[in-house]
Amino acid sequence: MIQTEASCCRIIFGMGKGKSKEAEIKRINKELANIRSKFKGDKALDGYSKKKYVCKLLFIFLLGHDIDFGHMEAVNLLSSNRYTEKQIGYLFISVLVNSNSELIRLINNAIKNDLASRNPTFMGLALHCIANVGSREMAEAFAGEIPKILVAGDTMDSVKQSAALCLLRLYRTSPDLVPMGDWTSRVVHLLNDQHLGVVTAATSLITTLAQKNPEEFKTSVSLAVSRLSRIVTSASTDLQDYTYYFVPAPWLSVKLLRLLQCYPPPEDPAVRGRLTECLETILNKAQEPPKSKKVQHSNAKNAVLFEAISLIIHHDSEPNLLVRACNQLGQFLQHRETNLRYLALESMCTLASSEFSHEAVKTHIETVINALKTERDVSVRQRAVDLLYAMCDRSNAQQIVAEMLNYLETADYSIREEIVLKVAILAEKYAVDYTWYVDTILNLIRIAGDYVSEEVWYRVIQIVINRDDVQGYAAKTVFEALQAPACHENLVKVGGYILGEFGNLIAGDPRSSPLIQFNLLHSKFHLCSVPTRALLLSTYIKFVNLFPEIKTTIQDVLRSDSQLKNADVELQQRAVEYLRLSTIASTDILATVLEEMPPFPERESSILAKLKKKKGPGTVTDLEEIKKERSSDMNGSAEPASVNASAVSTPSPSADLLGLGAAPLTNSAPPPSSSGSLLVDVFSDSASAVAPLAPGSDDNFASPDLASSEVVSEEPADTVHDADELFHKFVCKNNGVLFENQLLQIGLKSEFRQNLGRMFIFYGNKTSTQFLNFTPTVICSDDLQPSLNLQTKPVDPTVDGGAQVQQVVNIECVSDFMEAPILNIQFRYGGTFQNLSVKLPITLNKFFQPTEMSSQDFFQRWKQLSNPKQEVQNIFKAKHPMDAEITKAKIIGFGSALLEEVDPNPANFVGAGIIHTKTTQIGCLLRLEPNLQAQMYRLTLRTSKEAVSQRLCELLSEQF
Amino acid sequence: CGATCLHAPWQRCWNEEGVPVSEDTQQQIIRETFHLVSKRDENVCNFLEGGLLIGGSDNKLIYRHYATLYFVFCVDSSESELGILDLIQVFVETLDKCFENVCELDLIFHVDKVHNILAEMVMGGMVLETNMNEIVTQIDAQNKLEKSEAGLAGAPARAVSAVKNMNLPEIPRNINIGDISIKVPNLPTFK
Repeated sequence: MIQTEASCCRIIFGMGKGKSKEAEIKRINKELANIRSKFKGDKALDGYSKKKYVCKLLFIFLLGHDIDFGHMEAVNLLSSNRYTEKQIGYLFISVLVNSNSELIRLINNAIKNDLASRNPTFMGLALHCIANVGSREMAEAFAGEIPKILVAGDTMDSVKQSAALCLLRLYRTSPDLVPMGDWTSRVVHLLNDQHLGVVTAATSLITTLAQKNPEEFKTSVSLAVSRLSRIVTSASTDLQDYTYYFVPAPWLSVKLLRLLQCYPPPEDPAVRGRLTECLETILNKAQEPPKSKKVQHSNAKNAVLFEAISLIIHHDSEPNLLVRACNQLGQFLQHRETNLRYLALESMCTLASSEFSHEAVKTHIETVINALKTERDVSVRQRAVDLLYAMCDRSNAQQIVAEMLNYLETADYSIREEIVLKVAILAEKYAVDYTWYVDTILNLIRIAGDYVSEEVWYRVIQIVINRDDVQGYAAKTVFEALQAPACHENLVKVGGYILGEFGNLIAGDPRSSPLIQFNLLHSKFHLCSVPTRALLLSTYIKFVNLFPEIKTTIQDVLRSDSQLKNADVELQQRAVEYLRLSTIASTDILATVLEEMPPFPERESSILAKLKKKKGPGTVTDLEEIKKERSSDMNGSAEPASVNASAVSTPSPSADLLGLGAAPLTNSAPPPSSSGSLLVDVFSDSASAVAPLAPGSDDNFASPDLASSEVVSEEPADTVHDADELFHKFVCKNNGVLFENQLLQIGLKSEFRQNLGRMFIFYGNKTSTQFLNFTPTVICSDDLQPSLNLQTKPVDPTVDGGAQVQQVVNIECVSDFMEAPILNIQFRYGGTFQNLSVKLPITLNKFFQPTEMSSQDFFQRWKQLSNPKQEVQNIFKAKHPMDAEITKAKIIGFGSALLEEVDPNPANFVGAGIIHTKTTQIGCLLRLEPNLQAQMYRLTLRTSKEAVSQRLCELLSEQF
Repeated sequence: CGATCLHAPWQRCWNEEGVPVSEDTQQQIIRETFHLVSKRDENVCNFLEGGLLIGGSDNKLIYRHYATLYFVFCVDSSESELGILDLIQVFVETLDKCFENVCELDLIFHVDKVHNILAEMVMGGMVLETNMNEIVTQIDAQNKLEKSEAGLAGAPARAVSAVKNMNLPEIPRNINIGDISIKVPNLPTFK
């Protein structure tokens, strides 16, 4: 063996000495030819030579050359009786395992013989081979056999160890092939085995098995506790050689503590008491003076200590232990060993999420901030950032965000993006004052603009648009930030967008007059990328509406050759269209088209999803994680790029944020030359021209949860697609997909004011074939007709494949109503007649106008409406997770005002509003009382009209 | 970098399915790992987030630095970090016992032995045995078997120990094993 080794080394070093690659190959080929002739020769090789040549082949393979022979000789070696020959055989097939079925059969046969040989050395080799290969084929052949070896009474200890780990390996690769059975209870009893090596291997196995089959291995808890207790409290004499630098069996202790983390705290008070005693002993030992100065001693001791702390955190039930754990970690935070500081920061992260210890963790904030500033090791600083993020709450958010921003200036490039995301999330989550939020994000862009992803700046725009109170401040701040001679392109994007919307709020100040604003933005224009320039062009057209006095200046810019003849199709198209729009459209139309963005639907931050993606699942520790998870379907649609196929006309995502992709340009992608006239067509028909350039219009067409796969009935049966769920979604929002099947998608966009409304229905042909005789009809039942006035225009009876047509419904609410109108669509597709009907979500609450009022007013009016007929109450079970923020958003979406600090119980929600109909106005008050424990809600509606109370209560109850 | 870097033979190659990763990937992992580890100062911590190369944030590189050698293990979150540091120490102490005052040459000329020792400690990526005496006993038993099967085995080993005893400090340091690019077999994953 050693000799063959040495000859191989001669090959290696013969080539290592500066010889060329060719020389190496030549040498190898010569060697290979030699071995091949030996194997093919007439003379049968003895075991020793066979071993020698197989060994050489192995080395040649490891040098990076292909080996296409010798497998059979290696397999022959497996059945040798000599250890060295067998070993090389096993090594060869472990490395060069071949899926050749004939060979596999032979190999399995040899392994089977060795497993049955009762020779512990051979059994060990076979088990090692199975574990190292760990393939499915191996599992199929041996998963039944190994448990028997493991629990047989006469198996040697070393074989038991190998068998346990071998089984564990097979279970990890093919859990379905490892049958549970009688052996499981006997494996649990291995925890009592004399031999600590066997116990360690068995504990590893049981830990993995127990994660998937907790019931089967429940009895392991008490056995593990008693074993641990014996180790921890023993005088380290009966532990054979498993005492390591004065620490009794540290690896086994760690494994046992890991196993216990698969289960909740033990129910049996005796076991529980014993475990608590163990944990206390471990914590006490940490305070004792070290028995050795060697780092190995403290390492082993602390390995056990950290695992004990993990268990305490996992159980999260003994406040006393949790506080001790936290104090211990606090000590480690200042320890001179870097490893301990690192681990302490990591453990504290999980501790921060326990309600018992969150406050205790917070007391270490200064130390952690200091670590962020002074640690020399990026791994440790990274942990400090994680911990700061985990310990952040409303009380310390400003400090933590400020420190993270500070750190960001000097942070390692590798972790900047993550810090940016974390700062953005914390700033939003704990913003009391949204001016602070705006400042923070602008600072982020200033410090680390390159690392600010789209999600972050989309989000700041969503928030500014949704909050009136911060718009003026945002406009002023971005204007000031843009003064810097060099500012990041992301700042130009945010600045362009915000000034385009809210520039008028600061135009009164002569220092930021319209012309100055425009010149400032335009001074950045030429330095920016195409998507940003596209966004700026949209800002300019918005300026035309906001500031008619600079219209000519802007038209001049749009008219310049660099715009109108720009090589980029997108920019050229925008310039042409915007120029035409500004020349042709009347002020009224301009005002409508370029109206201020309506609020975005409240949705959870997509930044969090991004952070999670970046960190991998399960690593973002956040108490609110679970509730955010649920709304991820909404997050998905926050990506402006996800436009449905028929609506794609603008490739740049930033452009789509402005909603330009959807409204006037939806009719598939028109070539630039014709789009100008298309716009003119659209605007010549004023009834259909009023689609505002609304935001979020893309996600209306792309919400994945709405993509129902209903098949249209081919019979001309008049079935109403009573997709109640979809219908109910529209009660609290105005835009989205109403219906979708393989052929057709119907999208809605609507707006309501007082008792009037306008709904745009978009019919998208998802196929590549024309729809013929396309006739949508809106039908009001006889009951509904007197209360609701609907006017529609007919649409073009032909819808081309992939195209979208739009229909406008003008709505007037005459008096309160219960039912919803029906939208019936008939068309011919590939020779078959299609007929389908859906409910059109025009509901009474759409005619709500919110009313703000004080607490006193509210209760006064509440009392005035105390007639039993005026009140309708409904108690119902929550259909969705109960989240205050989402509930608030829904109440606002419902149309009523959300009155804060009115109800004495802060958990309750109250709202007020007036329903406008042509004939009357009906005052409405509502109150929603959640009961988290019971997962129930009580909803009370009081209005001056019984039917209205009834209907509103019905509609709103479906929302939670 | 003047130090001999012999971390290669012990780098366990990690792969989700347990399917051997390609040779190129393996070499790349080793190179990048060495790059990451060798540029770290003393006094920083012994844990490294490995990133995508070693399978995402659930896996860590845990290493120890002995004179000119780095011992690097890649482990997932189911292992105790300090426990692994101790395991590396046990490994090195065992090597020392088996080779009697171990040096780099032993590790180069006896890759197979080193592999056998590691195989006694780690199997299929899992910790098998941590008791040094137990490991040494097993290795001794193997040696005995080898000797009984091949009487001629002693000579090269004696040659190595002769070189070692010449005590030429420059020789081992100048062996740059990186150029030879010893390929590592797809050893078990260490989990």
